[in-house]
Amino acid sequence: MPEGRIKLMQGNEACVEAAIIAGMEFFAGYPITPSTEIAELSAAKLPRIGGKFIQMEDEIGSISAVIGASLAGKKSMTATSGPGFSLKQEGIGYAIMAEVPCVIVNVQRGGPSTGMPTSPAQGDIMQARWGTHGDHSIIALYPSTVREIFDTTIRAFNLAEKYRTPVILLMDEVIGHMREKILVPNKNDIKIYNRKKPTSGPKDYRPYQVKEGDIVPQMASFGEGYRFHVTGLVHNEMGFPSNDNKVAQNLINRLINKIENNIEDIVEYEEYRLEDAEEIIVAYGVTARSAKSAIDILRDEGLKIGLFRPITIWPVAQRQLEEIAKKVNSILVVEMNMGQYALEIDRIAGKYTRVGKYGRVDGELVTPEEIVSFVREGKDCQAN
Amino acid sequence: MAYFELILSGSGGQGLILAGIILAEAALHDGKNVVQTQSYGPEARGGSSRAEVIISDSLINYPKVKKCDILLSLTKQACDKYINFLKPGGILIVDESIENKLEREDIKIYSIPILHTAANKLGKAMVANIVALGSIYQITKIVSKDALENAVLKRVPAGTEELNKKALEEGIELIKKYKDGLYGRVC
Repeated sequence: MPEGRIKLMQGNEACVEAAIIAGMEFFAGYPITPSTEIAELSAAKLPRIGGKFIQMEDEIGSISAVIGASLAGKKSMTATSGPGFSLKQEGIGYAIMAEVPCVIVNVQRGGPSTGMPTSPAQGDIMQARWGTHGDHSIIALYPSTVREIFDTTIRAFNLAEKYRTPVILLMDEVIGHMREKILVPNKNDIKIYNRKKPTSGPKDYRPYQVKEGDIVPQMASFGEGYRFHVTGLVHNEMGFPSNDNKVAQNLINRLINKIENNIEDIVEYEEYRLEDAEEIIVAYGVTARSAKSAIDILRDEGLKIGLFRPITIWPVAQRQLEEIAKKVNSILVVEMNMGQYALEIDRIAGKYTRVGKYGRVDGELVTPEEIVSFVREGKDCQAN
Repeated sequence: MAYFELILSGSGGQGLILAGIILAEAALHDGKNVVQTQSYGPEARGGSSRAEVIISDSLINYPKVKKCDILLSLTKQACDKYINFLKPGGILIVDESIENKLEREDIKIYSIPILHTAANKLGKAMVANIVALGSIYQITKIVSKDALENAVLKRVPAGTEELNKKALEEGIELIKKYKDGLYGRVC
């Protein structure tokens, strides 16, 4: 891809370009609107750089192939939308348990079920957090411009490698399909993180042991002479199944804490006109774009209002939100669902300030004008 | 020009989304901010299709068109569906072949033979989208002609460059002649 120049690029295209720069060598998928272009472009581009694209028989096959490729040492990605994201949950849980780095893109559409294939929605916020069963933590990122899709995709790969965990990239249909100006960065300016390979030889390799100074176990690639066992069962440091209560407690703690103890490294957010704000809007993805316009209009009317936009949607920016909540009169969460992230914001901020919500689920974007009139009327809650 | 919104509408397969992309690339080349989006149903062909382009000197937040300055409609279905998106004082460019056109008192209407020109004069129905771009250019000058021509040539299949250049010129001619009263009428 030509570097350092301005280009008109589609969101889904930016995702693929960035994935390749991040080091993606493998993509397996079962194409679905509105994510199809990601599979299509991966199919076109990966073979040219010596990578592999496979269209699998279904979504479970896709996520399983991605996990296998990653264990073989290749950075891997799959892309889907709500209906496919539901099916991939089994594999996502496996990747969490077996600590396999991979990126799962979910370009959301209206739901539940097959919903509205070509319409935008932000209904998979909680599914990204809790879609797979069992206690776990997760990293999910949520870009709001085409340029940010580019940066966030690279970051998704880096975080997956650094924390040996699946990373969910949540996208809006509108931004996935939208074309927008992007300045393609120079490769030299982009930071790429690769998983830590074993420092010990194959004989001394303990595949799930965390060495002093490391965040996660060092990861050998299959085919390099290291033999180890991979399972979705609770396992010991050798990777073999265990029913020992202590082993189970330590493993689950470690899997959760490697993310929860590094929130400051993982969390990314934007603050817009927040300096003297007394009222706050929390919004993400395309809805945050509308919120920015609404804030500009309301500021002109004299209202001290600002935006907190999470880019890392999970884990949540708890510390930052608490600090904000202590200072402001109210927080309004605007999202294209019936109040999923509002639940989380209320959990964090509800004890310090009033938390309201505004949602829309009819397949159309929340407009700046809607937000403006909702704020002017001073209501706390509405879901259309 | 601070903020300019266009809708290009017709039926799926008429190349209107490509026309939107070409216009957006031309605007980008001219140094503008631009966002191009589309709406379509689940079908690959047929059904109504609309491409939206916003061109602005400043940052574009909300990415969809709210009220447009220009509406292009190549089918009656699309024209009926989107005519109310036009701002008062906006411009409707509608294919001459459409019967029983809706009318509004507060807009300017160009009824021109885009589809006929592509199919009969140029011999390729598929260049109707490029003809339409020529007409939009001539009416609005929203992008520079150089930028538009470059954007067209970058996006069309190899071997069709001359045909598409001619299509652009024919679109421009449709509006030039329109002023002479050769086609349709201005409301």
